[in-house]
Amino acid sequence: MVITRRVEFSASHTCSSPALSAEENRAVYGAAANPHGHGHNYVLEVSLQGEPDPVTGMVLDLKLLKDILNREVVDPYDHRFLNYEVPPFDRVVPTSENIARDIWNRLRPHFTTGPRLHSVRLYETPDLYVDYRGE
Amino acid sequence: MFYVTRRYQLAASHRLHAPQLGADQNRQLYGKCNNPFGHGHNYVVEVSARGPLDPSTGRAVDTAALDALVERQVLEAFDHRNLNIEVAAFRSLVPTSENLGLEIFRRLEENWSQVFPGEWPKLEKVRIAETPRNIFEVSAKL
Repeated sequence: MVITRRVEFSASHTCSSPALSAEENRAVYGAAANPHGHGHNYVLEVSLQGEPDPVTGMVLDLKLLKDILNREVVDPYDHRFLNYEVPPFDRVVPTSENIARDIWNRLRPHFTTGPRLHSVRLYETPDLYVDYRGE
Repeated sequence: MFYVTRRYQLAASHRLHAPQLGADQNRQLYGKCNNPFGHGHNYVVEVSARGPLDPSTGRAVDTAALDALVERQVLEAFDHRNLNIEVAAFRSLVPTSENLGLEIFRRLEENWSQVFPGEWPKLEKVRIAETPRNIFEVSAKL
């Protein structure tokens, strides 16, 4: 069984790779390469896979998941400029793919026993999202 | 592996009518969708591509390239069109959302290498919501 919790955070970022010239960055990332940054209302869906506990009937107390998501993701990410304030994005381009992977890496240690971290879905906008399953 | 999904919208009209069946059978089978004048939907089309991260860009899919492909192959062909009359594939095929999904998948797959010439990313899935309550998915064969 898969259970999902959704949280939101708002953050700014700029996408440009130090390996590329300013012109190349504009060609690759388009408007997202604006060095002053821009922001999104990110929506994050985190899914866990497991079986309901025979006593509680729950895969995991969603309150617990909410606390982990707040501590590991919302607190560090929300209302921040990712490139300047949230490592590793001082050296990793904060594309949706890289943000999804960073979130996966932050959450993974919390799910070594019990329900398994199944997937992370990150909406940058309602029209663009990335799924990452750690593979 | 990352799965990147882009959502698009297109408004189109269609009529469900199987020429192999009689008028009564068509009415019974398709109900209101068999109205000879047709009717329309705001289709929501999600296109998913999968691929590994490109280490130089930090991305798995160039979404601008995907947008250009979908614009050319899907939106220009289907948006604000009468599917039965204006889309060649549906002159002999009922434009159900199943068939629309297959046709969109086929068009994207056939022209994929124009915008994605490398090994990655690959077309993963086309998901069509004909209305918010009726949803159809076509996935790549493994």
